[in-house]
Amino acid sequence: MTTLVADPAEAAPAPRAAGRGRLVLTRLLAARGAVAGAVLVLLLFVLAFGGPYLTPWDYATPDFTALHQPPSAQHWFGTNGIGQDVFAQVVRGLQKSLVIGLLVALFSTVLASLVGACAGYFGGWADRALMFVVDLLLVFPSFLIITIVSPRLKSTGWIAFVLLLAVFNWMITARVVRSMTISLREREFVRAARFMGVRPLRIISRHILPNVASFLIIDATIAVGGAVMSETALSYFGFGVKPPDVSLGTLLAAGTSEAPVFPWLFYFPAGLLVLFVLAVNLIGDGLRDALDPTAGGGRPRRNSRRKKP
Amino acid sequence: MTTTVDTPLLAVRDLRVDFAGPLGPVPAVRGVDLTLRRGETLGIVGESGSGKSVTALSVLGLLPRTASVRGSVQLDGRELVGLPGRELAAIRGRRVAMVFQDPLSAFTPVYRIGDQIAEAVRVHQQVDKAAARRRAAELLDLVGIPAPERALDSFPHEFSGGMRQRAMIAMAVANEPDILLADEPTTALDVTIQAQVLDVLRTAQRETGAALVLVSHDLGVIAGTADRVAVMYAGRVVETAGVDELFAAPRHPYTLGLIGAVPRLDGRGGPLVPIPGSPAPMAELPPGCPFAARCPLAEQRCSTVEPELSGSDGHLAACVRSAELAERRPAPAEVYPVPEVPPAAVTGDRDSRARVLAVSGLGKTFPLLKGTVFKRRIGEVYAVDGVDLDLREGETLGLVGESGSGKSTTLFELLNLAAPETGRIELLGHDTATLTRAEAHRLRARLQIVFQDPMASLDPRMPVGDIVAEPLHAQHADRAEIARRVPELLRQVGLDPDHATRYPHQFSGGQRQRISIARALAVRPKLLVLDEPVSALDVSIQAGVLNLLQSLKAELGLSYLFVSHDLSVIRHLADRVSVMYLGRTVEQGEVSAVFDRPRHPYTRALLSAVPLPDPAAERARDRILLAGDPPSPTQRHTGCPFRARCPVYARLAEPGARARCEQEKPALAGDGHQAACHFPG
Repeated sequence: MTTLVADPAEAAPAPRAAGRGRLVLTRLLAARGAVAGAVLVLLLFVLAFGGPYLTPWDYATPDFTALHQPPSAQHWFGTNGIGQDVFAQVVRGLQKSLVIGLLVALFSTVLASLVGACAGYFGGWADRALMFVVDLLLVFPSFLIITIVSPRLKSTGWIAFVLLLAVFNWMITARVVRSMTISLREREFVRAARFMGVRPLRIISRHILPNVASFLIIDATIAVGGAVMSETALSYFGFGVKPPDVSLGTLLAAGTSEAPVFPWLFYFPAGLLVLFVLAVNLIGDGLRDALDPTAGGGRPRRNSRRKKP
Repeated sequence: MTTTVDTPLLAVRDLRVDFAGPLGPVPAVRGVDLTLRRGETLGIVGESGSGKSVTALSVLGLLPRTASVRGSVQLDGRELVGLPGRELAAIRGRRVAMVFQDPLSAFTPVYRIGDQIAEAVRVHQQVDKAAARRRAAELLDLVGIPAPERALDSFPHEFSGGMRQRAMIAMAVANEPDILLADEPTTALDVTIQAQVLDVLRTAQRETGAALVLVSHDLGVIAGTADRVAVMYAGRVVETAGVDELFAAPRHPYTLGLIGAVPRLDGRGGPLVPIPGSPAPMAELPPGCPFAARCPLAEQRCSTVEPELSGSDGHLAACVRSAELAERRPAPAEVYPVPEVPPAAVTGDRDSRARVLAVSGLGKTFPLLKGTVFKRRIGEVYAVDGVDLDLREGETLGLVGESGSGKSTTLFELLNLAAPETGRIELLGHDTATLTRAEAHRLRARLQIVFQDPMASLDPRMPVGDIVAEPLHAQHADRAEIARRVPELLRQVGLDPDHATRYPHQFSGGQRQRISIARALAVRPKLLVLDEPVSALDVSIQAGVLNLLQSLKAELGLSYLFVSHDLSVIRHLADRVSVMYLGRTVEQGEVSAVFDRPRHPYTRALLSAVPLPDPAAERARDRILLAGDPPSPTQRHTGCPFRARCPVYARLAEPGARARCEQEKPALAGDGHQAACHFPG
């Protein structure tokens, strides 16, 4: 067949067994958007956990000399109605929201892809049982259940909170993954793997999930923003983030009504949330392109797309 | 071109078609000249992407809006390019009619066949509904559809593929057009049905006196039908001549290569001659002759200027060395390098060799279910109903049959490694009914499969190295072994080991099929199941893959179970052949015996339906046309299931002999060369 004159300098030092993991990583690192997104998330973490040391103010302690003050040298992001420093509150809130947003998206996507792929791939009784659980969770009023179980979980802290949010957030994704899996299962490459004696769980992890990855990644990036916002609603039940503790969600909820008069109460937390979601989206886009070999290397190298061996 | 007294019916001059691409226009047709005279059949042959269909479609102005068409298409002296849609519509169907490749999508599924044909009549003729309907019935009768009055009220899905294609032809000739454009009219059909449809096309042409433009990738179809042939490559006509001339003395190396690359049913023509490389993408054609990179006769000047179509006495070729080829008349193998096939690793008498696969009386039924909430069984499909196979070490067994004959079901029954519904499967000495899970897993390593469509059978999201390593992982090979084996395998199938990090979409069709073969060979199997491995490939690529399979078999001592609907490929590759009809084995034996002296009437019909890429031989053959379509497998037939279409049964005069066919199911009889027929030839 055609012979490609490989550049010896390029080909020789590269290890032979560059598997998919390494290829995807190389492509991911070559995508500027993904790297920028990762740097942005990293910076947000630095701000969230380093921020409290930059300001003398505490997120809870009020400064009675400055009520509803706009941003100044003293209070960088201004103060709220009872004189709490908005910068201190925002960085404190960011700590919570970063962790909650990322973990909820991660847990719910992993759960959804596993349940959906298993239900779709195995079919039969496994499918019926798993879909029964999914439908059950879909019809259950999730807030009611959270209200009932929350008093018992109060002592366990934020990780239980993350899990609860994730548990009520994966069902629709799972249904979509299931139907995608059912159509993938009939594709020849999955059949080929089965005839080669590849085990079912390995087929799911090596063939099914990479082929639904584009959808999963988009879904996960949307879930990040969604989790931060739904955590606000849960705070009404006195569960999760409780005053005087704050999160970006509670800050936004409190600041929305005052936004026209005291814009700094709303726009600083909102801006950080937008930055956070944007960064996650950039990473997601990069990851999607890196996993999809037809996407052209993640970098806008236009002619590489048409390159033929 | 040749000068004629009258103006040609259709004259295409310097036709150029570009499609809008993301990086600017991509050419599809780059200056095509064609002339069609009244009543003549012009064959346009070329591989996928050569621009043959686009040329045909642009005559009728049927290209999508993203295409820009330049040049001239004249019908009886009237320019068609740039004609407004309203005026083109008056020509479409009236003067120029089209027969499409896929008749299922060419009919509207919600209207009856009769109404659709009557509509075609009424669009161009001032007749009332009843007259149009009568005309439609006449047309259906013309194309040989039984009970045309009843067929008028059928919906398209009630017709079989062959019937739909006939109805499509009936619709095309409804207004007695001057030109029939047939774009791959038989590609989706089985050979026996293809022979019927080609026959109908000839009848329709004779009845209406229309000129026919037949677009096909199949040299055999072209050889048997066309008067003149145009060979297209990379959007241009590279050679055009009368059909006999072209096949006897091709003047372009590409045509020569195409002829050498086609396996022949009559077993003549020697080893297959693959054309090296694959066509350059149309978006980035090199300067000079587009075929130069693949051409064994290329010279310095070929890569600078693209040669013009030139020549004498109606035989034109676009090659600087066409005169030399015309004079020397070399065989394909003299021009193209022919790969050496190493001597077989397994030798010795057939009976002394180990039995790799033994199948007897295999049966498989699928339930026919009805109802949405409560499914109830309303019948059964007898997909496989008595298959016997016998495959020895180092042997290739060809499994032949038309679609619906149960070939694929048979394969999947073998690959399931479970107890079959009925019958017995013995694989490498193990009865599949008694296998434990661990044994079945071990056995998987010794039995591998290559699928038909290499794009579908390779995971698009996995680099080639991982794809090839997958069966090794499945058999728990260690990392060092895998790292060593993958480059070795890629080299073995003729790919560059450095390409292991590429993804399947970066390879051409033939290369993908090679990857598929490399994956199958990874665990050093004894038996390779090949499910139509070359039917998705172009002829010139197919030859390379077939040669590879042949040399791998000799080198590694493999056994192949080769499933194909293409008898020429089987003849070329297989040692023994097994013919299936309606889920049953009807004939089996040595390839030479079965192909030269077929005993079952079905095999005889099948063989006679395969077109030969040799016009003289094709005309000299007498053809056995089978009537009708294969019957439905949902009923179990008493007696011989082939009876309804059997020419031998139809000729039987004696009532006793007829009764035997009607009541007694014939068993495979004979030794070595077996046939399941009461009256074998």
